Amino acid sequence: MATSVVLAGAEPDFYHTVTKRKGILSWILTTDHKRIGILYLGTILVFFHAAVVLGFLMRLEMLKPEGALVEPQTYNTFFTLHGIIMIFLFVIPIVPAVFGNFFLPLMIGAKDVFFPRLNLFSWWLFIAGGILALTSVFLPGGAADTGWTFYVPYSIRTTTNVIPALLAAFILGFSSILTGLNFITTIHRMRAPGMTWFKMPLFVWASYATSWIQVLATPIIGITLLLVIIERLFGVGIFDPTLGGDPVLFQHMFWMYSHPAVYIIILPAMGVVSEIIPVFARRTIFGYNFIAYSSLAIAFFGSLVWAHHMFTVGMSDTGMFVFSLLTFLVSIPSAIKIFNWVATLYKGSIDLDVPLLFVLSFIVQFSIGGFTGLMLGALSVNIHVTDTYFVVGHFHYVMFGGTGFGFFAALHYWYPKMFGRMYNKGAAKIAWLLSTIGFNILYIPFLILGYAGMPRRYYHYLPQFQTLHVVATVGSWILVLGLGIMFVNLFLALRNGAKTSANPWGGETLEWTTPSPPPLENFDEIPVVTKGPYDYSKYEKAAQEVA
Amino acid sequence: MTEHAHQHGEKAHVVGYGQYILIWAGLMGLTGTTVALAGIELGRWVIITALTIASVKGFLVLNIFMHLRSEDRTFRLFVLVAGVVLLIFICLTFFDYAFR
Repeated sequence: MATSVVLAGAEPDFYHTVTKRKGILSWILTTDHKRIGILYLGTILVFFHAAVVLGFLMRLEMLKPEGALVEPQTYNTFFTLHGIIMIFLFVIPIVPAVFGNFFLPLMIGAKDVFFPRLNLFSWWLFIAGGILALTSVFLPGGAADTGWTFYVPYSIRTTTNVIPALLAAFILGFSSILTGLNFITTIHRMRAPGMTWFKMPLFVWASYATSWIQVLATPIIGITLLLVIIERLFGVGIFDPTLGGDPVLFQHMFWMYSHPAVYIIILPAMGVVSEIIPVFARRTIFGYNFIAYSSLAIAFFGSLVWAHHMFTVGMSDTGMFVFSLLTFLVSIPSAIKIFNWVATLYKGSIDLDVPLLFVLSFIVQFSIGGFTGLMLGALSVNIHVTDTYFVVGHFHYVMFGGTGFGFFAALHYWYPKMFGRMYNKGAAKIAWLLSTIGFNILYIPFLILGYAGMPRRYYHYLPQFQTLHVVATVGSWILVLGLGIMFVNLFLALRNGAKTSANPWGGETLEWTTPSPPPLENFDEIPVVTKGPYDYSKYEKAAQEVA
Repeated sequence: MTEHAHQHGEKAHVVGYGQYILIWAGLMGLTGTTVALAGIELGRWVIITALTIASVKGFLVLNIFMHLRSEDRTFRLFVLVAGVVLLIFICLTFFDYAFR
């Protein structure tokens, strides 16, 4: 990609650079984007594992129709916490905050983000929000039991700790806004010489589109949550129908953010897929411009479809028609990405290494999530399956099958760059296999259960649903086993993994031109970019000659 | 023009206290108008009126107190994008409320 890159081999890596602060302070007060990325990774993984445990317990609970493990109120708390932690503390920040922070400056040839101190402040806000969310569990009153959607009027009337949970989400939103602001400014102002907009890596394009949603949509959820707090404290009557308020207005305002949040979640993972496929297919990406523009199109149209979550709340027919139509439109740019990825793989010299395996799982699972999303976008089907396990299954296919596996792909792809070591690939492949099998055994029954009428969030269920619940629970065991092998393998590789070169995968983007791990300021000299980010023409020519 | 503005080649955006006070009084007046109109039965015009007044107030705050009018064109474009997105959100919401 770059023609005048100077390897910064003489510099110590960023872990070993001498700084004015030592020990833990050199981490929690750092302004280095790479250290902040690692900080996010560590903290988010703690939250992720806590939420996995809650999900695992929920599945155990559903083994028997009458409940097997906990009381109904505890079950309500489980799914609320599982949702809040997974949404606000895992899937929303995981790719942008970890890999965006670590790799966005590297990929555009910059030494850091534009506002390094603001970046650190974003992490501290994230920590504050996370701690507040967890603290709310243990305060008198008990953990919030509203589900992660905080729907009124229940969230106004319940006596559980809704206000701390709302405040936590509010603070986490600020962290997200500031990260988005930082990335937009960084991409506009700090690209290396020669890196025009259409020479940017597609992960950067995806991060750019995501950042705009973070900046434009997150304030809406912020003010909405504050209004619920005001309503709880002062009884103003904004959303509570008994006081003249409108609960449907809450749903509009909640989903104005929370549906675009789905695209905050999925777009960066799509960026990861766009990075990995050309490297492991040894092919120039097919349809670069279309993939770049489709990120912006997803960000735009994805922000306009929120009310498809509300087809059964009594909206006007016109409203339902418009939002159903817009929902179908957003599938077009998503499909463009899928087709271009598959077209890139076509006739490529495919190396089925660990990152690509996770990407292939992503493509299949995200496609299932997308198709079931189209079913939900159709008014007639939506009314039948609203608030059933079908929605939960669809949601998890997009969030976990898509973004979760995109995160695993990114982690296995960039791990050598981040830590300078390679994990055990055999164990990683076993982890991929178990995770993929476990995930699908867990969530395919959800789709069937939902279509058969199993409502979501129910503690008890009819006996005829038990077989599929048991199958799903067995799937959760396989999935957790896969996750366990994956993270133990990655953790052990931190110390025991073989040391890697600067470019173990043969990538063409700028992050692979620096040592692994990179030095403090990334590059000795800022690179000059003269070519596109995925120039594999030499491999393609060689393949043609062989043919 | 301040030294800072000279160093960065920016346009001066000195606003006198008189203008600040005038704009502040205007904002207070518009707030009073909003409150007064809330007590009058305007039918479907009530929301349009309230949103129009709020937009004028937002425009004044952005341009005068937040100095947007003397900022770079890129920043003004960014704020415009945010404003247009907000307008689209509001319009789409009324595909529900206006047709019930």
